[in-house]
Amino acid sequence: MLRQMEKVGLQYLQPDGTLTPEGEVAWKPIERPLKIEFYRWMCKIRLFDQRAVILQRQGRIGTYAPLQGQEAAQVGSALALNREDWVFPSYREHGVAMIAGMPLKQILLYWMGRVEGCRPPEGIKLFPPAVPIATQIPHAAGAAWASKLKGEQSVAVAYFGDGATSEGDFHEGLNFAGVFRLPVIFFCQNNQYAISVPFSRQTATETVAEKAAAYAIRGVRVDGNDVLAIYTVMKEAVERARSGEGATLIEAVTYRHGAHTTADDAGRYRKQEETREWVELRDPLTRYRRLLESEGLWSEAEERDWEAHCKQEIEEAVREAESAEVPPSSHLFAHVFADLPPSLVRQRESLFRLEEG
Amino acid sequence: MAQLTLIQAINDAMRIALERDPSVVILGEDVGKNGGVFRATEGLWKRFGDDRVIDTPLAEAGIVGTAIGMAVNGLRPIVEIQFLGFSYPGFEQIVSHAARLRTRTQGMFPATMVIRAPYGGGIRAPELHSDSTEALFVHTPGLKVVVPSTPYDAKGLLLASISDPDPVLFLEPMKLYRSVREEVPETAYEVPIGQARVVREGEDVTLLAWGAMVPVAIAAADEWAEKGVSCEVIDVRSLYPLDEETLVTSVKKTGRAVIVHEAPRTAGVGAELAAMLQEQAFLWLEAPIARVTGYDVPVPMFALEDAFRPDVKRVSEAVRQVIAF
Ligand SMILES: Cc1ncc(C[n+]2csc(CCOP(=O)(O)OP(=O)(O)O)c2C)c(N)n1
Repeated sequence: MLRQMEKVGLQYLQPDGTLTPEGEVAWKPIERPLKIEFYRWMCKIRLFDQRAVILQRQGRIGTYAPLQGQEAAQVGSALALNREDWVFPSYREHGVAMIAGMPLKQILLYWMGRVEGCRPPEGIKLFPPAVPIATQIPHAAGAAWASKLKGEQSVAVAYFGDGATSEGDFHEGLNFAGVFRLPVIFFCQNNQYAISVPFSRQTATETVAEKAAAYAIRGVRVDGNDVLAIYTVMKEAVERARSGEGATLIEAVTYRHGAHTTADDAGRYRKQEETREWVELRDPLTRYRRLLESEGLWSEAEERDWEAHCKQEIEEAVREAESAEVPPSSHLFAHVFADLPPSLVRQRESLFRLEEG
Repeated sequence: MAQLTLIQAINDAMRIALERDPSVVILGEDVGKNGGVFRATEGLWKRFGDDRVIDTPLAEAGIVGTAIGMAVNGLRPIVEIQFLGFSYPGFEQIVSHAARLRTRTQGMFPATMVIRAPYGGGIRAPELHSDSTEALFVHTPGLKVVVPSTPYDAKGLLLASISDPDPVLFLEPMKLYRSVREEVPETAYEVPIGQARVVREGEDVTLLAWGAMVPVAIAAADEWAEKGVSCEVIDVRSLYPLDEETLVTSVKKTGRAVIVHEAPRTAGVGAELAAMLQEQAFLWLEAPIARVTGYDVPVPMFALEDAFRPDVKRVSEAVRQVIAF
């Protein structure tokens, strides 16, 4: 059996908001604005997420995958990246996407079933969410490989859940990374369930991190609700990757507070006490806010202002997304090929005629 | 008899199979405690336990591959693939192994199993959840592919698939899971694989459809009936093997055919049907066979789903064309 500490992974910030001795060391060199930014992002992402769940209930967006509870893992890791780095998310990484530079409006469009929501602004190396599980993992290895072959400094990150580690693509991606010593980071948010299936049904090993050994890459297990530890571990992995030391598999141990998606009922497979413990005792925001407040970096008033600011920004995004021009049906054909083959031109014409007639 | 939805009928068939044959097992993602994401296996895990209704790791190649091993070693696995669009990681196992084992082992180790998968659009599902790629599997020799469109057929076809000695891909139109109820016998019965169902008889045009397109074809037939045109509607139901006789007989009677499917057009199952009818009923045809299908584009995210999926308007237009030819 793992000891409690190993179960949770590396921890710098304890649930009561105090730093461990290693945490003190990691905390000191971080610049004050970044310390505040960690919290601001977590807060904004949570507000967005809560709003999105309500929008789904109101029928204004489609099925949505909530991330509440996983903010620290997403914020800590994404803030350790630069603009030149590649990000390959799954469908739950709205937080990562926002930090990478995806406008909120686009994220909403995606969940409104609009393909425009897949496309990031120019210059942002963010892939559309991977919907088939684990398929983005080899993509990240490939992008990292290209960077290496081109002699560039950028790294690539694949985000995925614990369930994804059971798919062949996970193992193949890690193996390539090991064999070719690629500058890639495999970031697993082990939120302990793949829909209803618990982590113990995905693997007989006690951790995801230890799987790294089989591919001769580095593996780290970290408390996924500890934004400071996540940031530090990720920063280190990025630096190692940039300096040619190869790939890292990071396992962030966390929990999703809500259901898998808005179409799922988590009450069928999770005990209330378990969820309550994670929500009430191990929440990533509460813990970090305690630290900030104790250091005099955050106050009740700042909290109110920031919340108000975020809510306004989110409402603005909702308005923009809802009033975004609806593309005509012929948009189906817009980007299927660079040049539309004649048969598709004919199909598009038949659709035009149908719409007119 | 009870009034069941299509998904309840599927559940009922699996309950019967588990009850009467101890070698039947169900395996897949979320099929146990959760009862399946669509609730197809609701209650079965409680009743039959963890060794019969098995929550697996998230690994389609692993699920299909181990099911093949189970099958050759005496079990009768029913695999649930959560959505047809997620069968692709397991595609290799289906195509290279499940489908060919009987041939490769000259009958020694057939992969006797059922692969169930929800498929098709119409429920505003997220990206990549609404594929209709039945043609990939119909094109694979050694596999049987069936698609029920009513609760009665769902139960009987699934029981037939489970007792079938060959691997059967059992496709479940998500759109119809809960949209209709009908009387379904409580007892076990089989709807034979390889037989089409004549939904309604008609004289002027034959409409061929399967899955969620059957109600669309019926609605189009209703529309034309008001204008005095009588459509014969056939639920193809078994895409492989195909009930050529029923289809050909109908087209010889009406002289006109419209094939409706949700999948993209090119090399879709509709192309095969049209070729077969052309070969066997050419002299009876009064007009070229028409196809109403999805376009040759990736199944769109749901905002444009309605433009992609054939609807009554498109089917009616095709009927008009074959009549006016
Ligand atoms: C290849 C594939 N199989 C099945 C699914 C259906 N599915 C969607 S999410 C999910 C669970 C994923 O769990 P995990 O990888 O732990 O990520 P999490 O949702 O917990 O973030 C499943 C089974 C899918 N999307 N892709």
